[in-house]
Amino acid sequence: MTAIWTIAGYGLREALRRKVFVVVCFLTIAFLGLYWLGARYAFHHVAGVVPPEGVDARTFAGAFLFGMAMFGTLFLGVVLAIFLTLGTVRGDAERALLQPLVVRPIGRSALLVARFLGAAAVCVPYVLILYFAAMLLTGLEGSWWPDRIVTPGLELAGGVLIVASLSLLGSVFLSSIANGIAIFMLFGSGLVAGLLGNIGHVLNSPGLTHAAKIAAWAIPFEALYQDALRSITEKTSGLTGFLLRLGPFGGAEQGGAALRLWAVAYIVLVGAVAVAGFARRDL
Amino acid sequence: MSAALAVSGLVKRYGAVEALGGVDLEVGDSELVGLLGPNGAGKSTLVKIACGLVRATTGHAEVCGARAGSREARAALGYLAELFRFPGWMTADELLELHQRLAGSRGGERERGELLELVGLQEARRRPVEAMSKGMQQRLGIAHALVGSPRLLLLDEPTSALDPVGRRTVRTLLEELQRRGVSVLLNSHLLSEIELVCDRVVILLGGRVVSAGTPAELARPRGVEIETDAGKRMYPEAGREDIPRLIAELVRDGKNVYGARLLTSTLEDVYVEAVGGEGS
Repeated sequence: MTAIWTIAGYGLREALRRKVFVVVCFLTIAFLGLYWLGARYAFHHVAGVVPPEGVDARTFAGAFLFGMAMFGTLFLGVVLAIFLTLGTVRGDAERALLQPLVVRPIGRSALLVARFLGAAAVCVPYVLILYFAAMLLTGLEGSWWPDRIVTPGLELAGGVLIVASLSLLGSVFLSSIANGIAIFMLFGSGLVAGLLGNIGHVLNSPGLTHAAKIAAWAIPFEALYQDALRSITEKTSGLTGFLLRLGPFGGAEQGGAALRLWAVAYIVLVGAVAVAGFARRDL
Repeated sequence: MSAALAVSGLVKRYGAVEALGGVDLEVGDSELVGLLGPNGAGKSTLVKIACGLVRATTGHAEVCGARAGSREARAALGYLAELFRFPGWMTADELLELHQRLAGSRGGERERGELLELVGLQEARRRPVEAMSKGMQQRLGIAHALVGSPRLLLLDEPTSALDPVGRRTVRTLLEELQRRGVSVLLNSHLLSEIELVCDRVVILLGGRVVSAGTPAELARPRGVEIETDAGKRMYPEAGREDIPRLIAELVRDGKNVYGARLLTSTLEDVYVEAVGGEGS
């Protein structure tokens, strides 16, 4: 265990010394500043709008804006997770940074677990801070609060952890650039699956909806994101609820406890494949 | 006590390419073995199998009685790769501390200080790796390989980036390590270096051992050279026992003899003979 914490701490120190946190903080403040400005103007504008019958304009604006912030949170968390993990094995081996660590009596699996924990220690707090900051700004500006407060944030963090685990797995087999491209494309595919679900709902196409659902569960960060979107308006009904379920950046779909269990199992499975692949790899 | 490194019938194939074709090798306690061979001979592959970075296709490799690559084997060795890099943001002291933790060393600050002093980097303790010259990084690499007092040291071209003074420092260091009972497998292209410090030499070619022995065993007689007032004369077929007779004959013929030298092949001659025309 000591070795795991040592390597995880090494990753965190590297992020600190390489000024990763400074850059992330600066850009996050910029993101939140822009979001606050957008929310302020949107709610101000909504106060003077007469919505169609059955639509609660304030709820719609709040949930729509916050859904957008959740997408931004997921995206920034994913970017952070990918860049912290994309070169863990092959990238570091090609740069000859990995070999001095691997020959120590720590075990290759411990090294992977440590790098995952290091990434998680950065990404999870980051996603939660960003999520709650956006929620606070939305609530203060528009007096709108999501129906579920904590669960959606945890699901976003879970989605980012899934991407981190996929990126670690990819790093065993792919060079840093190829892995980064592959994981970003996978992330994009997940979003497309969500949009397909949207289109399926609008067209009332069971085939499209089903395909989107399978895709979302195959890469469950998307399913977690959809469940998180669903959670923030789960008590909102009527036309407002229907429109919001379509979501601003992908459909809102209920996943429930089965999805959360699957997400945990998915990370464990991806981790096991990564460990097995790394154990067989010549460096 | 088991050998520091024992390798038998070691084969490694990368697809259709055979990097090692059945190597047998042993490094005994406190023994310093030099590994020679042209590029692509399989030297680095052999060292990497010994430290668990590469898996052998067939054959056995043991480090201090433990299977190469196992936790026990890795705990018993120190390794410096031919190509290595340390995180540029780390200071020398931080790097050694990290490796102390990973190696389970309890040496603390005292061990770090000793190691840095051993490689002449005591003044650079707080200097980041990225602010060090290549030679300093190479010496830091040697210090990092010695963390935890390993029984076996695997050095892959440890002096490639060093100037002559740095090389001499490493030679002195290797002799000191030998006195402390550390076994060393030294992979180097510098024949003079190997000849000066190694107890035994193993020459690899095409993944096979083509020659092995002590430098004295490998050296072959190349005749006798006698210097007279008429210049140097060579007797290629003569040996040590022939020298008194040859001098007596020359004196009888009225020549003044100034010196006689028994000629033996250098390690370079042995190496060139062993690898034939296989240049790097």
